Amino acid sequence: MSPMLFADFTVFVLSLLVGFEVISKVPATLHTPLMSGANAIHGVVLVGVMLLAATTNSAVGYVLLFVAAAFAAMNVTGGYLVTDRMLEMFKARPRDVRK
Amino acid sequence: MSGLDTTTHLVYLLSAVCFVVGLHLMNSPATARRGNQVSAAGMTLAILTTVVVLADDKSSTATALAVLVLGAAVGAIAGAITARRIAMTAMPQLVSVLNAVGGGAAALIALGDAIHHHGSLPLAQVPVSTTLTTFLDLLIGGVTFSGSVVAAGKLAGRIPGRPIVFRGGHWANLGLFLVALACGLTYTARHGGVPVLVILVLAALALGVLGTLPIGGADMPVVISLLNAFTGTAVAMAGFVLSSTPLIIAGALVGAAGAILTKLMADAMNRSLLSIVAGGFGTGDGGAAAAPPPGGTVREATPDDAALQLAYASRVVIVPGYGLAAAQAQHELVALAQALDENGVDVSYGIHPVAGRMPGHMNVLLSEANAPYTQLKDLEEINRVFPTTDVVLVVGANDVTNPAARRPGNAVSGMPILDVDHAKSVLVIKRSMASGYAGIDNELYTNPRTAMLFGDAKAVLANLNSALTAYITAGPG
Repeated sequence: MSPMLFADFTVFVLSLLVGFEVISKVPATLHTPLMSGANAIHGVVLVGVMLLAATTNSAVGYVLLFVAAAFAAMNVTGGYLVTDRMLEMFKARPRDVRK
Repeated sequence: MSGLDTTTHLVYLLSAVCFVVGLHLMNSPATARRGNQVSAAGMTLAILTTVVVLADDKSSTATALAVLVLGAAVGAIAGAITARRIAMTAMPQLVSVLNAVGGGAAALIALGDAIHHHGSLPLAQVPVSTTLTTFLDLLIGGVTFSGSVVAAGKLAGRIPGRPIVFRGGHWANLGLFLVALACGLTYTARHGGVPVLVILVLAALALGVLGTLPIGGADMPVVISLLNAFTGTAVAMAGFVLSSTPLIIAGALVGAAGAILTKLMADAMNRSLLSIVAGGFGTGDGGAAAAPPPGGTVREATPDDAALQLAYASRVVIVPGYGLAAAQAQHELVALAQALDENGVDVSYGIHPVAGRMPGHMNVLLSEANAPYTQLKDLEEINRVFPTTDVVLVVGANDVTNPAARRPGNAVSGMPILDVDHAKSVLVIKRSMASGYAGIDNELYTNPRTAMLFGDAKAVLANLNSALTAYITAGPG
């Protein structure tokens, strides 16, 4: 195992633990927005597609790159926008505090 | 490390911090929206940084950059339009579709990278860490892509929600998995090259389809959550293939999120993940043991009776289910609750963890219709309230209220339910006497304290609203 791979692996394991810790406290009310928000975060795959573009130089590669770019960009924009739309609705109504 | 390299890595780290802080802020409804914005800011940073990296790296061809920009533009526009236009009731299938494209993109990265190696580097010189993660990325990403498409199809009603089981299905899945495994290990051992990967992808896609078809609609929330975890893992694997830290961090975070949610949801239904994935649930196999006492009669109520009953109550609990989402009746329901509230009735909503098609699905719908989230109660909280409740109004919920769950030997046995039968009276709005996803009869409906209001939830609630308004304006006698 090269030092760089080992560093990557360390980051992977620690990120898993951080994910468990941060997420296990979310109330059930927010599970759908959370799932959607997490969905948006894996849109980071767009960064990977961009890195792939740097090495693509064949016809097949271009086709794959096009589809991957479209998929990833849809994941990012759709994910964040739809999560925002959901969360916009979670407002404490002024009428709650009446009485 | 050059200056640019250092800056890039520091900004990627900052993005990762944004993702974690964003998820953390999603802990509470008050800060959740800001959390998502923080996470989006982190994503923007990561993407802009990668643009700088690409601009600095002179090796990429002009065609590649054009293809990248064009593809990203098409995807971004499609994503933005869908996200803005989609109805709140169709949210679960959209999440599933976005999950599919994420998993698909992750798999394509590994495939594209392998094709690049194929042209420039003998396979024997590719490190095993790359071939192994390429294999895992393609397997997980492929299964996720086709599985999420099938799940979305089931949720949208394009594919029947009932479990589609065929003889030898499990053996076919096992066979496909073994084929995928054999191809994957061959490639990991640096033999075979791209053709082996293509067979691996085809096997993974078939596995996703055949694996999801036998799973019933009631289990779809758990499946989407599981597939969400898969996508996260696939993205992390793509991160290993490209040695890209932001992909590894974000992928692992999402993998953990999906895993936790999957467990929470499976627990809420008191079902093991294994039995869910095995599928076939909802065929009504256990129906015999759950049959209601013969001769049980069903009492029907008129909207006027029901409105009067609600207006006279001092405490009303509303139990929404998928029927509410299907009828898009959330605005009518909240209007009714508001009218009751203003008339001095104590109103709350009892929400089962798996009501609807996704966890929190009902909360999102009710919030859209401006229901104050302080009135939304979870299972444990509301079960303490039922014994002192005058009227429970069940709107399009079925299996989650079935008292048969307290007895062993039927399809819903052991599932925690909302104890609506502990209330003084129950009103049920339902299209027909048809059974729910679990495929068994609900003995709540033949309970002497239960009255049924048959019809589309939207129409019935509108009738209830006008009856209630007429009653209130006339003034209680």
